[in-house]
Amino acid sequence: MTRSTSNATSTLSLTDLPGPDVPVRRLCHPWRWISGGAVILLLAVIGRAFAVGQIQWPVVGEFLTAGVIITGFGWTLLISACALALGVILGFAFGIMRLSENPILRFAAWLYVWIFRGTPVLLQLLIWFNIALVFPRLYIPGLVDERMVDVVTPFVAAVLGLGVNEGSYLTEVVRGGISSVDRGQKEAAHTLGMTPGQTMRRIMLPQTLRLILPVLGNSAIGMLKFSSLAATIAMGEMLNAAQRIYFINGAVIELLFVCAAWYLAGTTVLSIGQYYLERHFGRDAAVAADRSWFKGRARRAAAVREA
Amino acid sequence: MSLAVKAVGIRKSFGHHEVLKNLDLEVAYGEVLCILGPSGSGKSTFLRCINHLETPNGGYVWVDGAIMGYALHRGALQELPVKRLRAQQSQLGMVFQHFNLFAHLTVLGNVIEGPMVVRGLRRAEAEARAMDLLEQVGMAAKASSYPSQLSGGQKQRVAIARALAMEPRVMLFDEPTSALDPELVGEVLEVMRNLARGGTTMIVVTHEIGFAREVADRVVVMIDGEIRETGAPEQVLSNPGDPRVRTFLSRVLA
Ligand SMILES: Nc1ncnc2c1ncn2[C@@H]1O[C@H](COP(=O)(O)OP(=O)(O)OP(=O)(O)O)[C@@H](O)[C@H]1O
Ligand SMILES: [Mg+2]
Repeated sequence: MTRSTSNATSTLSLTDLPGPDVPVRRLCHPWRWISGGAVILLLAVIGRAFAVGQIQWPVVGEFLTAGVIITGFGWTLLISACALALGVILGFAFGIMRLSENPILRFAAWLYVWIFRGTPVLLQLLIWFNIALVFPRLYIPGLVDERMVDVVTPFVAAVLGLGVNEGSYLTEVVRGGISSVDRGQKEAAHTLGMTPGQTMRRIMLPQTLRLILPVLGNSAIGMLKFSSLAATIAMGEMLNAAQRIYFINGAVIELLFVCAAWYLAGTTVLSIGQYYLERHFGRDAAVAADRSWFKGRARRAAAVREA
Repeated sequence: MSLAVKAVGIRKSFGHHEVLKNLDLEVAYGEVLCILGPSGSGKSTFLRCINHLETPNGGYVWVDGAIMGYALHRGALQELPVKRLRAQQSQLGMVFQHFNLFAHLTVLGNVIEGPMVVRGLRRAEAEARAMDLLEQVGMAAKASSYPSQLSGGQKQRVAIARALAMEPRVMLFDEPTSALDPELVGEVLEVMRNLARGGTTMIVVTHEIGFAREVADRVVVMIDGEIRETGAPEQVLSNPGDPRVRTFLSRVLA
């Protein structure tokens, strides 16, 4: 033992050893300073380029809070929220179908993922927007009978396009989440007499939800950005509003920068939210269990014990 | 002595591999039956067939006046809808080798889940009864812990309380101590010993020969999907007639 550890300092004899309060000198890291300095320099150069470039910063500032842009950003948020909600609903529905015992349901869910994950979302948006070319009327006996162009407005097309596409990704996430809950818990639920539906709702889904919440944070961030694609189908969200302004005043880059600022603000807020979600629903079940999210139930349990 | 469980001609194959070959077994109320046998002899499969976690390929299991998974209708067995099968399954409490506790629920949550969801008990009532059961298995102090915070022995005691909460007619144990560290085996066996003393009907698959000798009313030895020996523990364990049973026992008792 002593022989192997003394190898590195083999010439230092025991009598020369310093006392316990011997001072320690840390390594200095010159490369950290050099690389850090280089990056700061580069940032300064890029910053200066933009500052002196042909951008009218006052115009950026002026339009940052323009009514049309704010309204556009409102639409952006609304489209993203609706599409994400639709995506989550479809993701759970088809994710559960993917694991069904019924081969036809399994196939239908597979087909959904295959089609909507396998084609570009921009293309899907355009198809939804032009769906009236295929089905001129939307007719459900006793419920709806209207012209398709009146039903599928740009807003509806955007929500359908983005939501259905997102659902195809979330289907796979939900499927993975459900199948990662170990089979033994399912069997235990069955031996207690819980039906497949009860087992899914009470045992499998709560654990799946915990696994996929961090993923949903990513989805929300992605959705906020992808909603800009709706500009191509004449939806008056933020990018579209910006485009309509710069077609008139020609301040193209200024208005695009305005959009960038708003998107960054939105994704930053969502990232912060995601950080807290991930802290709540961390990988380790034991750590997650200690978090206040569950404290309500735990406290009730303690109350019973004292009673 | 009235019968609790009667298995008739149980056969089960996985692909071409015939795991259970025409098994018959009767268990009376209040009886403790231990099933011994080498690894891979089909003990777990048999237990899972009894409560229909696996559907037998042949034969059937009668539990307390009804055939598991079927209704006898004009001389044929008509498969039951899943809801009625689950009601039958809840008559058999199952304790698994790997505990299978619900990871997202507390100890108390695990125990009240079945009574609340399946039997529709109100939370307060379910919790009061669950706390009695947890007291019984010595886990009341951990009621608000999560399974990941428990030792293996504690998990298994919670799993036993969870199964008991459904007030089953018969308790099935599938090697309840073989995933445990040696020093934790005793606490689980102690709980099971108390259950046996209290008159609970139990079918226990185990490698714990000492437990079988002490607690079992009857011991069954399974080899290659067949019951080769059955009888009182002292008789089977010390003087088995079947040569393969003798080989198996000499190996585990050595
Ligand atoms: N779901 C399954 N699919 C395929 N084969 C299986 C399945 N379950 C069990 N088997 C096979 O059936 C045989 C009996 O398995 P079983 O688990 O019942 O044995 P066991 O007596 O409980 O063994 P052990 O003491 O190791 O638990 C084994 O050969 C096993 O490989
Ligand atoms: Mg086994």
